[in-house]
Amino acid sequence: MEENIKQTCLHGRHTALGALMSPFGGFDMPIQYAGIEEEHRAVRERCGVFDVSHMGEILVTGEDATAFVNYIFTNDVAPAANGQCLYGMMLNGNGGVVDDLLVYKFNPERYLLVVNASNIDKDEAWVEDRMMDLHGEAGLPYRVDLELVSEVVSELAIQGPDAERICEQTLDIRCKDLSFYTFREVEINGRQALISRTGYTGEDGFEVYADDDTIIALWDKLMVAGVQPCGLGCRDTLRFEVGLPLYGDELADDITPVEAGLSMFVRLEKAPFMGSDAIARQKAEGPARKLVGLELTDRAIPRHGYEVLDAEDNVVGHVTTGYHAISTDKSVAMALVDASCAAKDTELKVKIRKKTFPCRVVAKKFYKKSYKK
Amino acid sequence: MIKYSKTHEYVKVEGEYGYIGVSDYAQKELGNVVYVDMPEVGDELEAGEDFGAIESVKAASDLIAPVSGEVVEINEALEENPRLVNADAMANWIVKVKIADPAELDSLMDEAQYAEYIRK
Repeated sequence: MEENIKQTCLHGRHTALGALMSPFGGFDMPIQYAGIEEEHRAVRERCGVFDVSHMGEILVTGEDATAFVNYIFTNDVAPAANGQCLYGMMLNGNGGVVDDLLVYKFNPERYLLVVNASNIDKDEAWVEDRMMDLHGEAGLPYRVDLELVSEVVSELAIQGPDAERICEQTLDIRCKDLSFYTFREVEINGRQALISRTGYTGEDGFEVYADDDTIIALWDKLMVAGVQPCGLGCRDTLRFEVGLPLYGDELADDITPVEAGLSMFVRLEKAPFMGSDAIARQKAEGPARKLVGLELTDRAIPRHGYEVLDAEDNVVGHVTTGYHAISTDKSVAMALVDASCAAKDTELKVKIRKKTFPCRVVAKKFYKKSYKK
Repeated sequence: MIKYSKTHEYVKVEGEYGYIGVSDYAQKELGNVVYVDMPEVGDELEAGEDFGAIESVKAASDLIAPVSGEVVEINEALEENPRLVNADAMANWIVKVKIADPAELDSLMDEAQYAEYIRK
């Protein structure tokens, strides 16, 4: 494992800043610089920048691109305007999540899929296999080309209430007029780049995709301007507080979007797609498990994998992510529990090491998002 | 007398009692402490076994007993304000125990040995 670990183009910048580094998704990534709480607050109150170059990118082009993306992706890209981003999932035949991703629609014959670092190899193989699936009356494979561009595309996430001003003024990228979940292609120092009004923090913000040299140059400008560098530590606390899922915690090959409460990103009304039969069935029958929020009365912290118990001490589920939330100073968690225990205000318990702590089911949003729509 | 374990707990010995906490080095490594999971008065600690946990935002670290003994007091101030550990780890001990076997202290490091240990 150690010898195969990858580095992003900013690795040297992170170590020079004294970041605490740790493996994540096959990359040696910065977990924190100043500290998780300081970085978390910088994003909520001002602006922070994340190196998210570990994310994977797959370019889908060709005359069947729209049909193909709609076949592998739960959301509906056909009616989307060019320049729109869509969140959704790729599902296996059982409706389990292969990965969750963002799809960028350039035009009906060109899409960019942005996938999780930990799933790059799996996703590439899966998408390539799906290309061979036969479709239509003639039963032909999809006429699309795939370009696996993860190695050459780097990415920054600039997040927080000041992100727009920083992108416009410090980075000189026109983005003020971009609405939420849209993107445009821009030129930065003569190089092609892409900027979208997207993110994973619950704050307004942007994500910029470009080649390594451009990303390094942008990073350096942000550092000179005093923008807080942020690690994966606060990326997780920020996304958790606003109830956004992380693949590996809330999503997995054996967890469906219906269970995870993400049905709004699954467009069953479009033509059948990978996993749609299973999802239709599960929606009709009702899921056996549901993802819920839990709030503890104690300060003890429920962590991933800890058991959730009912009043009679039966195991009814497990914690997917838990923290002592930075913005609200409360111990809260997301947990996947039996549907019978998922109603709001249900009294449950979490087993934390040797003790159990009472908790109740709450909405799985522990902090209000402030997107600029 | 203060003795340290390899897992960065200290025991400050006063007569037959020991005050157990985490070292200043440990609190710095942990970062901001957000929760200390403490045993209860009357619990028996066994040297080398975990007796609770200390948690930062990101992770929980087990607390390992440097000596065996019965818990006679816990530092209740840490329940409301776990950050006292960051403010002064040596003053803000976690539990006070009645030391069961003073001979166990011999296998722990003294200040100089511990300073050398964390330098490596």
